[in-house]
Amino acid sequence: MVDGGVRQAGGDGRIFAGRAILAGLLVVLAFAMVLARLSRLQVTDHEHFTTLSEENRVKLQPLPPTRGLIYDAKGVLLADNFASYSLDVTLEKVEDLAATIAELRELVAIEDKDLRRFERLRAQSRRFDPVPLRLNLSEEEVAKIGVNAYRFPGVGIGVQLLRYYPLGPYTAHVLGYVGRINEREQKAIDPVEYSGTHYIGKSGVELAYEDVLRGRVGYQEVEVNAKGRVLRVLESQAPRSGRDLHLYLDIALQQAATAALGDRRGALVAIDPATGGVLAMVSNPSFDPNPFVEGIGFEDYRDLRDDPNNPLFNRAVRGQYPPGSTIKPFVGLGGLATGTISFSGTKYCPGSYQLPGNSHRYRDWRRGGHGTVAMEQAIVQSCDVYFYDLAHDLGIDRLHDFLATFGFGANTGVDVAGELPGLLPSKEWAQRARKQPWFPGETLIVGIGQGAFLATPVQLAAATAAMANRGHFIRPRVVRATRTHGARVDEPIPMVSRQVPVKDRTQWDQVIGAMVEVVERGTAKRIRADAYRIAGKTGTAQVFTVGQKESYRESHVTERMRDHALFVAFAPADDPHIALAVIVENGGHGGSVAAPIARQVIDAYLGHTQASPQAAPQMEESDDGD
Amino acid sequence: MATRAYNSALDSIPEADQTGLVQRLHLDLPLLMGVLLLCGYGLLVLFSATDQDPGKVERQVLRLVLAFGVMLALAQVPPAALRRWAAPLYLGGLLTLVAVLLVGDVGKGAQRWLDLGVLRFQPSELLKVAVPMMLAAFLSARPLPPGGWRVLGGVVVITVPTLLIFLQPDLGTAILVAGSGGLVLFLAGMSWRLILGVGVLAAASVPVLWYLLHDYQRQRVLTFLDPTTDPLGSGYHIIQSQIAIGSGGLYGKGWFNGTQSHLEFLPERTTDFIFAVLGEELGLTGALILMGLYLVIILRGLYIASMARDTFGRLLAGGLTLVFFIYAFVNTGMVSGLLPVVGVPLPLISYGGTSLVTIMAGFGMIMSIHTHRKRFAV
Repeated sequence: MVDGGVRQAGGDGRIFAGRAILAGLLVVLAFAMVLARLSRLQVTDHEHFTTLSEENRVKLQPLPPTRGLIYDAKGVLLADNFASYSLDVTLEKVEDLAATIAELRELVAIEDKDLRRFERLRAQSRRFDPVPLRLNLSEEEVAKIGVNAYRFPGVGIGVQLLRYYPLGPYTAHVLGYVGRINEREQKAIDPVEYSGTHYIGKSGVELAYEDVLRGRVGYQEVEVNAKGRVLRVLESQAPRSGRDLHLYLDIALQQAATAALGDRRGALVAIDPATGGVLAMVSNPSFDPNPFVEGIGFEDYRDLRDDPNNPLFNRAVRGQYPPGSTIKPFVGLGGLATGTISFSGTKYCPGSYQLPGNSHRYRDWRRGGHGTVAMEQAIVQSCDVYFYDLAHDLGIDRLHDFLATFGFGANTGVDVAGELPGLLPSKEWAQRARKQPWFPGETLIVGIGQGAFLATPVQLAAATAAMANRGHFIRPRVVRATRTHGARVDEPIPMVSRQVPVKDRTQWDQVIGAMVEVVERGTAKRIRADAYRIAGKTGTAQVFTVGQKESYRESHVTERMRDHALFVAFAPADDPHIALAVIVENGGHGGSVAAPIARQVIDAYLGHTQASPQAAPQMEESDDGD
Repeated sequence: MATRAYNSALDSIPEADQTGLVQRLHLDLPLLMGVLLLCGYGLLVLFSATDQDPGKVERQVLRLVLAFGVMLALAQVPPAALRRWAAPLYLGGLLTLVAVLLVGDVGKGAQRWLDLGVLRFQPSELLKVAVPMMLAAFLSARPLPPGGWRVLGGVVVITVPTLLIFLQPDLGTAILVAGSGGLVLFLAGMSWRLILGVGVLAAASVPVLWYLLHDYQRQRVLTFLDPTTDPLGSGYHIIQSQIAIGSGGLYGKGWFNGTQSHLEFLPERTTDFIFAVLGEELGLTGALILMGLYLVIILRGLYIASMARDTFGRLLAGGLTLVFFIYAFVNTGMVSGLLPVVGVPLPLISYGGTSLVTIMAGFGMIMSIHTHRKRFAV
């Protein structure tokens, strides 16, 4: 039994030893497999995994540049950046959005409009991007959120530089504003340049100089952990701030012009003839651009959009009006420049005009007619018949070509985004747009700035400045120079100009002399100044409606059917410092309504504090003519 | 044969000092040295993996002290007593497994814990030791090799607890328990025909098992087969751990310098995936040192087993040694992407106390088998 046990044990021992050796080999084999796997990972594919590890660890973050500031001619800050704190929600990290918002509402005020904006932005954002739920947090609110941050995963405080326009409505149209990049813009922009910013110039100077103001985006390579938290900066390339803009625009004059327009719908553009610099560009009524920066609420936007006075419409560069009689000095100069008529050559005005072989009577604004008039009298009294006949003699081709040299019918190229070209009719235009031949009668109407002829206030101002310059037409521009922020060296915006050709330089003096007479004793004599002489021309344009999206309202019809009042002028006539164009929609007569506004602006600019004549009540019976 | 010579050489160290403290405490010096070196190495890796948190390292040291106490205590228990305990321990283990299924706490979506008031007890751990003990006792009752019926009995001994653990569900422990039992059968000399037969049976049961698997377990297997199908979900672990290991290269990124681990890309980096921290920071060299230490311990365990006085001692020492091997192989295999992800810690390295105590208890029994040899011999 004992023997058997020993023998058994000995047999068991041999069997076990054999299996134990096999097990040892199995162990070695298994470990060899693991080591083979490790050497595959760590030696063969080492570089591949090193790359993956670096990609995990290192992220490239854009550093948004600071947008350039905008200053007026005297150094007044018109567009500023200020730090704004927002309550941001990163959807990816929030488990229950509704509950989170409900709890956040107990800490800080979150209004329904905030929620609506949040919903709108959320739809455009990626899940891992922070979306602002509340903007402009106070310091107290920032502290409240900070203390409770642990309760709200995915909720954080964002800081961003927001655009602010200290002068609000005064600059809204000319500067435009920046706003959040919308879907359409997203498709058009370079995603690299706009990484790190949500804002883009939407209109006006902000849009025209978007590339200059924006600056260059910088980068930093950061080490992040698995949750995306930035641990340290490995390498960075600083962003380059956008360049500051220094304008020709004089905000004091801009305010004076706005005050002069008062509550009238209209526009005023004033240009320094020597430089082409835009001294003032007003479109009235205006709006506060600041709410647009962060996204204006729907109700507020609707109110602005549906306002019958169209405050959002930039009349200065987009308003297209018949120039009316303000075109007459230009047509007259065309007659002289082409040799069609001499300055002293006379025409007889019986009060109406007929084309040979046509029974249609083209009326003069003065029913009885002006009698025999030469060019000076025709301009001073704004005689229609004289210009019907001159236009007829010139013919539409020469008339069109000459007026085009003053910039009519084409964008002036002013550096305010959104400019419209107006319309300078021609035979070619009639064929193309109307599919009808040119009728001889239309030439007469173009001669007095009516019919299909449309011009924008900035076109009229630029053309008037060219008249003041005796034909030196300079592309108008709001921005005088750009400047690296903090530096003192200007980089001027180059002047682009051309010369309006005339036969004889004295022809300028003749037409300008007639324009001086308009103010001295003609249709604008009520604004005659003692200290200096103004060269001007009134205009009254017959239109029922103008502008965009105007609703037809019964109560407004009579007022809206009135003529537009226009006035173009420059002063002092012998040494022009300012040229301007004024239009008052449905204002009535140019001489009584538009001219006094121009006078106030000229006085403000030339530094004359003498009491300016008040704008006469509208529709005053007068000898203003049209 | 070379391994045996190497183990004899190691064995001669304590035998030269018959009256030494180590001998009197029933410890095996080579095994003890191997385990101590491994634990020290593990603490270094853990210190880095915890982002140099001395508190966590301190807690782990306390657990190690506790586990060494368990090892020391079990080393004093003669193998004959271990043999007597085998059946009660095994049956008690089965009962607690059933209890867990009925009233156990749900932790991480699985019922694994039995709350005993003072401490939470994980009965499946007990089975990692109880199953080899029970099998060793059962198989050593008759001369080796076991016949067909005895093998069948052994398979039943293994299958019952394995299924109970599998149902918790704890795939990792089920594999460890089944593996340890199966290897005891193998060491007992179970015939190759039977091994083939059981293998075929096991393969045939795969579809049945697949049906029994929880969705998350199926997902794990599928993810293992192609981790890139779900890079942010269940594939994330394995992708990130392979990046960590691969980017470590030959010599590693340096202690504390692992970006994958310290920037939290590596999940469970102090527990199941600590091998990836080691691979990233200490490279292939560091992994070789670890695998070398494991190999020393395992071969020493197998040597002790083959030198044991009786069949029970051989089978138990061999079985417990191979449980340790399965731990090491399954963990390193899964972290390096060789095996699917099952919850098995890296033995003696991973943060946590449960498996540590079980493993050290195993070493205590192995040492008991080795050191009680001579006293009972003659």
